[in-house]
This record gives sequence, structure tokens and C-alpha cells, in this order.
Amino acid sequence: MLAVKDLSFKYKERPVLEDVDLEIRRGEVIGILGPNGCGKTTLLKLLNRNLHPQEGKVLLEGTDLEGMSKRRIARHIAVVPQSNEIRFAFTVRDIVSMGRMPFLDRFQGESAEDMRIVDEAMERTNIKEFADRAINTMSGGERQRVIIARALAQRPEVILLDEPTLHLDINHQFEVLDLVHELSRKEGLTVVIVSHDLPMVVRYCDRMVLIHDHRVHAIGPPEEVLTRENMRTVFNIEAVLTYDEMLGSNCVKILGSCPGRR
Amino acid sequence: MDGAAKRKGRTPAVFAVLFLLLFVFMVLDLAQAFVPLTFGEAFWALLGKGTETHRIIIWEMNLPRVTMACLVGAGLGIAGAVMQAVFRNPMASPYILGLSSGASLGAAVGLTFTVTWLPQMLMIPLLAFVSCMATLFLVYYISNIGGRVPTETLLLAGIAVGSLLSALVSLLTYLAGEQMEGIVYWTMGNLTNATWENILIVAPLMVAGSLVMVSSSRELNAMMLGDAHALDLGVEVKRVRLQLLVASALVTAAAVAFVGVIGFVGLVVPHILRILMGPDNRMLLPASLLGGAAFLMICDYISRVIAPNIGILPIGIVTALIGAPYFIYLLRRRRTEVGWD
Repeated sequence: MLAVKDLSFKYKERPVLEDVDLEIRRGEVIGILGPNGCGKTTLLKLLNRNLHPQEGKVLLEGTDLEGMSKRRIARHIAVVPQSNEIRFAFTVRDIVSMGRMPFLDRFQGESAEDMRIVDEAMERTNIKEFADRAINTMSGGERQRVIIARALAQRPEVILLDEPTLHLDINHQFEVLDLVHELSRKEGLTVVIVSHDLPMVVRYCDRMVLIHDHRVHAIGPPEEVLTRENMRTVFNIEAVLTYDEMLGSNCVKILGSCPGRR
Repeated sequence: MDGAAKRKGRTPAVFAVLFLLLFVFMVLDLAQAFVPLTFGEAFWALLGKGTETHRIIIWEMNLPRVTMACLVGAGLGIAGAVMQAVFRNPMASPYILGLSSGASLGAAVGLTFTVTWLPQMLMIPLLAFVSCMATLFLVYYISNIGGRVPTETLLLAGIAVGSLLSALVSLLTYLAGEQMEGIVYWTMGNLTNATWENILIVAPLMVAGSLVMVSSSRELNAMMLGDAHALDLGVEVKRVRLQLLVASALVTAAAVAFVGVIGFVGLVVPHILRILMGPDNRMLLPASLLGGAAFLMICDYISRVIAPNIGILPIGIVTALIGAPYFIYLLRRRRTEVGWD
């Protein structure tokens, strides 16, 4: 679906990512994890051409993103950004409708079909009851769901989530991840989650990418990637990955921090 | 109860009221003469009926002024709305950000010095535009901190640069000697010298600028959420922003070059409209065109009737006298609705 080839990115002279190679498969939930400042948000921005790599390229179904217009990219890839402070009093419906922008011509209004897609996106994220409320009167968690609805209204093949659990109450964290996981299983949506919240995200990922020292440290299914050694190196924790019968999913058991490291 | 939906539902009524206001005050303003016409007389003369004298008063004496007021008001109104959206900052306007001062410096230079290779009538707007663009980029550059443009620095930069440029205009005025009176009168805003030739220059600039703005209103909506949001939704943010800023500067410069500095239209009009009908630029921008025209029409009418013994007040004084107190009221009372919190 998305392929990253020999990608390097520098901010001014400081290297942020080096020689990243990565294949994101259609319909999978893939987590990009690492400590704060490791370059994972930068990687997310490169996947969407909000930043341009100095070396290497990102391919969407074989086409280099650099050769595509932002509008065309937005028809395939939707993003749920980390911060969503909005100070103007747009209604929730206004915001979700913006998800149809990449499909509409300059003076073209939303069609009945567009409205239906918008309604459906709001139903899925449980925000239909807020449809007429002003976005700047809502809580962080509610806003997050509005932005996810907007992303769904783009009818994307790939959805990129930047720290989706960061400002959310614990129940909403699950709600959001359950929703995208379900969309991936039922409709083949490709989900890329950038996060530092290892215990939370591990429960949803088919595969994981660990970023360490600006490079891909490991990539693969959680069982292969989350070895004790890797978790020590990347996160500075003593932890083990177990399969939890009660949850029916992988689970990271954190034993403690690594003494004497860093 | 949330007012967002209510505001949206109000949109058709707002447009109707704006049309009505514009029409009524247009006719009232047209009726102003040494011996004022009645509303009815002015209306019929506008349609080409009534007495010869009335038709001359309306068509030859007053219509150029009224047309110019409409164009300039509309241009400043929409430019204000666009700048507030582009900077994601409800305080932005051509006047507050020093653009008007920038344009007036260019125009004052054009008024003071003449060149042989270009008629003054074209030189003034050209210099106003160049100087206006330069001011815009200077203020933006000063207030840009790592890609963000915080309200405080934007305002302070606008005020500082604006003051500097105003001082330069004053200096020019002082040095200009016998042309001084003309420049002084012009810095207070002045519609009385509007001619059809001037309108012929202003109108295409206003129309072109406004078209660029209105046609980008959907992108502008996305940009109001933040650059990252807009990029994610497929907007080429840098290109659209540059287009919109150039269009705003063009419109401001055209207005300032021919009628002088008229403040507060671009600030007050979009604010009132945003409170009434919400922030959706697809509605707000056309409404700001209408509202700006209506506001300036009302101010021009007031400037003519308020002090009959003194004569006609410069319109810039009237817009500030009405605009500034209203703006202070907004600052105190309606913070959330206009996006200040």
C-alpha cells in the first residue's frame, strides 16, 4: 500500500530519520513506536508529503508521492493530527464535511451522496448528537472524535493517526482504537498509528515498527519485535510480551525501568 | 443551548438585511446635495425619471462617489475577513496590520513626486500596491516565530510598522509644502473626489481580488483549522495563502490609493457577520463584500448629514468613530463568538 524506500530526513543539519525502509501492507494495523523525539511524527508527516525527504521516497501503490498533488494524496490518505485546537466556531458537521474537500471542485457543493458519507462518519464515531454544536465549545476527546469522523469522510484507504490516545480519557482511548481496528478488519482500511504508548497500542497492532536513534530498529509482528532486549534498548524498560487469555490479545507487562541506562 | 446551528440558519436573513441596508442608504446617500432630495425623488432619478436637475445630481454628481464607496467598502470588508482567516487571528485587518499605512506611504510618495513616464493616476495605485505588499511581508516576517504567528506579536508588529510608516507619511506631508493640505485631507479618508476614471481603475482590481478570495473560501475554511489540517485535506497551503495575501494587499492598495485611509471596515464588518452567521467563509466572504459596502455607505451618509454647518466630515473619521467603540465592546463582551478565547 505504502512503501518507504531509503528515506532520510534532516531538520536543518540535524538528522531526524536515516535510511528508513518500510512496507505498509493493505488492511493491516501497523504501529510506529519509539520514545518522544525519536522522529516518528516526522515519519508520519513524510508518509503524507507534509514534509519532503532529502533522500529516498515514499510510494503510494507504486506512485511517488512527490509527483502527486496534495489533493490527490488526500483522496487516498487521511490524517488525524495530534493537536486539534480550533478557535473558530465551526459546527461539527462543517468540520466533518471538510473531509469531502479533496473530491469537490472549486464551486461544487456537497452532493446528497457526500452528505450521506458525512452522516455515516458521524454515526460511526458517535458524534451525531453533536452535529450542530460549535467545535470550540467541545472537550479534547470530543474534538478528537470529530477529526476522526472527518478522516473517515475522506473514505481513505490509509488512515494515519498521530498519538491518537494522547489527550483522551482512558475510555475514549479504547473507543478510538477499537473503531479504527474494526474498520481495518471489516473494510480493509490500512491503519498507521504513531504513538509512544506501547502497552495501549500493542493490543491492536498486526505489526510494529520500533524507531531508535533515527533508524528503524525492528519491524514485524509484536511477538518478534517486542523482545526483552528490544524493549530495553528502545524504551529503557524491563518488560515482557505475553498473550493475555482474558483480553484475547497481546499484552506488555512492564516490570520496571532499566537501572543504569541513559 | 448552542448557537452554532442557529447562526447558520440565520444566513439568508442576514443577506436580506444587508441588501436592504445597502439599497436604502445608497439612495439616501445619493439624495445628498446642496438642497437634499427626498428618498423618492432620488429613487426615481436613479431610474432615469424625474427632473433634469435631479438626474444630474444623482448621475453626475453623486453616483461616482456612491459607487466608489461601495467598491472600497466591499473590498476592505472582504480583505479583512480573508486576513482574519489566513492568520487564524480575529484581530487581523488591513488597518490594524499596518497595510493601510503601507499603502498610504506609497500613495503619498506618488502624490508628492511626479514622474514623466507614468500618469499620476496610475503611479499612485502602483506605488500603493508595492508598498502595501512590502509592509505585509515585513509584518508577517517580524511576527512569525517558528512558523506560528501569535496574536500578540502580529498586532505589535502591525502597530509598530504602521506607526513607522505613518510617521513617514507625516514627514512627507510636512515636507510637501503647498500640497500638504491635499495629503492631510486624504489621510483622513475622502470620497468626494471620486471620478468615473478612478472607478475604472479601482473596479477591476476590486473585482479580481474579490474573485480570488471568494473562489478560495473552501480552502480558507480548512486553513482556519490550522496549516497541518489544511495540508491533510489536500490544500496547497503555501500557494493559496500567498494568492490570498496578494489579493488582500491589491484590494487594500486600490482602496487607499483613491480614497485614502479608511479604518475599521475590515475589522468590524467581518466580526459582526461572524457573530451573526458563523465562520463559514463560503457565506462569510460574500456577506463581507455586501456588509462592507453597506457599512461605508452608512458612514458616508452620516458624514454628510451629521454636521451640516461644518460641511462634510472625512469618512475615515466617521468609520473610526463608529468602529472603534464597537470594537471595544466586542473585546469586552463577545470573546468566544469571535474566536478570541
